[in-house]
Amino acid sequence: MNAPHTTDTVQPSAADPNESVPPADEITKKARLVGVALRALRAGPVLILLLLITGFASQSDIFLTTENAGNILAQTVVIAILALGQLLVILTRGIDLSVGAVLALSTVAGALVFDKIESAWVVMLVMVGTGAAVGVLNGLVFVKLKLPHPFITTLAMMSVARGVALVLSDGRPRQGMPEGVRTIGGDSIGWFPLSAFVVIGAALLTGLALYRLTWGRWVYAVGGNPEAARRTGIPVDRVLIAVFAISGLSAGVAGVLTAGRTDAGSPTFGNLAELDAISAVIIGGVSFLGGRGKVSNALVGALMVGVLRNGLNLLNVDAFIQMIAIGLILVLAVWLDTVRERLEGRFRTLQATAQGATK
Amino acid sequence: MSDTNRAAEIAAGPEILSVHHASKHFGPVTALEDVSITLHEGEVLALMGDNGAGKSTLIKALSGVHPIDTGHIEIDGQTARVDSPASARAMGIETVYQDLALFDNLSPADNFFAGRELSRLEWLPRPLRPMRRGDMRKETTRLLDDLKVTLPEGHSTVGLMSGGQRQAVAVARAAAFATKVVILDEPTAALGLRESRKVLDLIQRLKERGIGIILISHSMDHVLEVADTAIVLRRGRRVGQVIPSAETQEELVSLIVGGGATTNL
Repeated sequence: MNAPHTTDTVQPSAADPNESVPPADEITKKARLVGVALRALRAGPVLILLLLITGFASQSDIFLTTENAGNILAQTVVIAILALGQLLVILTRGIDLSVGAVLALSTVAGALVFDKIESAWVVMLVMVGTGAAVGVLNGLVFVKLKLPHPFITTLAMMSVARGVALVLSDGRPRQGMPEGVRTIGGDSIGWFPLSAFVVIGAALLTGLALYRLTWGRWVYAVGGNPEAARRTGIPVDRVLIAVFAISGLSAGVAGVLTAGRTDAGSPTFGNLAELDAISAVIIGGVSFLGGRGKVSNALVGALMVGVLRNGLNLLNVDAFIQMIAIGLILVLAVWLDTVRERLEGRFRTLQATAQGATK
Repeated sequence: MSDTNRAAEIAAGPEILSVHHASKHFGPVTALEDVSITLHEGEVLALMGDNGAGKSTLIKALSGVHPIDTGHIEIDGQTARVDSPASARAMGIETVYQDLALFDNLSPADNFFAGRELSRLEWLPRPLRPMRRGDMRKETTRLLDDLKVTLPEGHSTVGLMSGGQRQAVAVARAAAFATKVVILDEPTAALGLRESRKVLDLIQRLKERGIGIILISHSMDHVLEVADTAIVLRRGRRVGQVIPSAETQEELVSLIVGGGATTNL
């Protein structure tokens, strides 16, 4: 903040870049270098994924078999679905910590309904609907209470949803799911799990909504500059509610896949799944600061988590060590995100000076 | 005295926006007290005054962010209710805020059309309509060309642009959609000489189109150069109106600083 009387004076521009700058081509060369670094950073997650795959393939004969690929996919589908929902929330600068618990709640709701109604459609609808309803609630509470960040509201929902799931199920897993649900969650064509098709479908839908629909543009706008989004008349609150609704819905879909694979509903399902999903999104290269990230980032991140777990298992690495490895990679990913921020700032100034010097 | 002639010529032209006896209080604080201004077609009106003089309050009223308590606003001679940013924009008033309100993560085209995206399938609710992305890109290029704003190739998002380019995008966005008035809040404060020049040229082009411009600026040089008239506010009140020129500069400064006829600077 300036003192009142200093701002009155006509200020000579101290920032004029014309005086005493290095030659223009040197600056453009530097700018180009920073540009290359930026692009490498953006491709980073895919490169790391390929690196992981080649690394594991060289250490284990089983890793590259189709059977193992099917395993990886089957283990990754739940993370991937949750990551797609989480992607939307994180794009708007938010976080949804409740998805693991919502997944559990939806499987319990599905199992209870299956006791009365045999229809696979009804059971699936109940599971997905439960997730979406909790998501809407998450969004409404966040928006209506005018909280600065959804961390606490979704943390609270994590506790509430898990609690409701435990109450409804008497704390026990409930065996039995309709055949349709079991097929989607557990069957495969050859080595390719059917559940992976659900992920592909969900990814296509998410991509369509994000890149093609006006709503998707609003999601990026809200994440990029919420205040400006309000001033340009974007219905920010409704965008946020929708984003949480879809995240909840994705937890419901993940619930269908989990229940189908295990032929059960259980209040303990999805424990810490929210952390896997958030890790996947961030490792995949989505900015935790909001507004930047694509569907492909979320999918690549989910695959990285899946490949890492599977590979380390094949190499007989202790499960505890796996947790440490994923934690370290997470830190690395967040650090790379801040490096990107800094490089962009540097790119900007280099561009500006280059322009000043060439004209 | 071409300045005076030009000013007289513009002042004889049609009024596009006027504020009558506007007052605004924030609790016990009087931010605006009985302020009236008139803006004509193609006129650049500089709002001057020290910090806290009421300039920001006045432009926030005109852009619908903080509607005035008493008094009224006329657009084209008709009383207008400017009670939200959307209604201000619908009436052809666009504002470039000091923070620019840009989306750093989006392209210039996305920034231009944020909140007013071109889309097809008009029968669908707005969020669900597919965007006409190609049309928005083409339209943005055309609008930028019209204003002779050139953006360097190669970076897709506004976040990678220099201060001047960002300012140009923000001003061009306002210019592209304003049919009547563009409000500019300190458009050159953060810019170097060369970049300020570009913004001043842009103001000149808007003026030629008959757009009225309200300019808040602390830079006396820029006001002298582009403004047709200057209204000075102090502590929420209008204390004078001057046609800015080399001859009236001292008068202008003493109005801003206050304390009567200070001629000795």
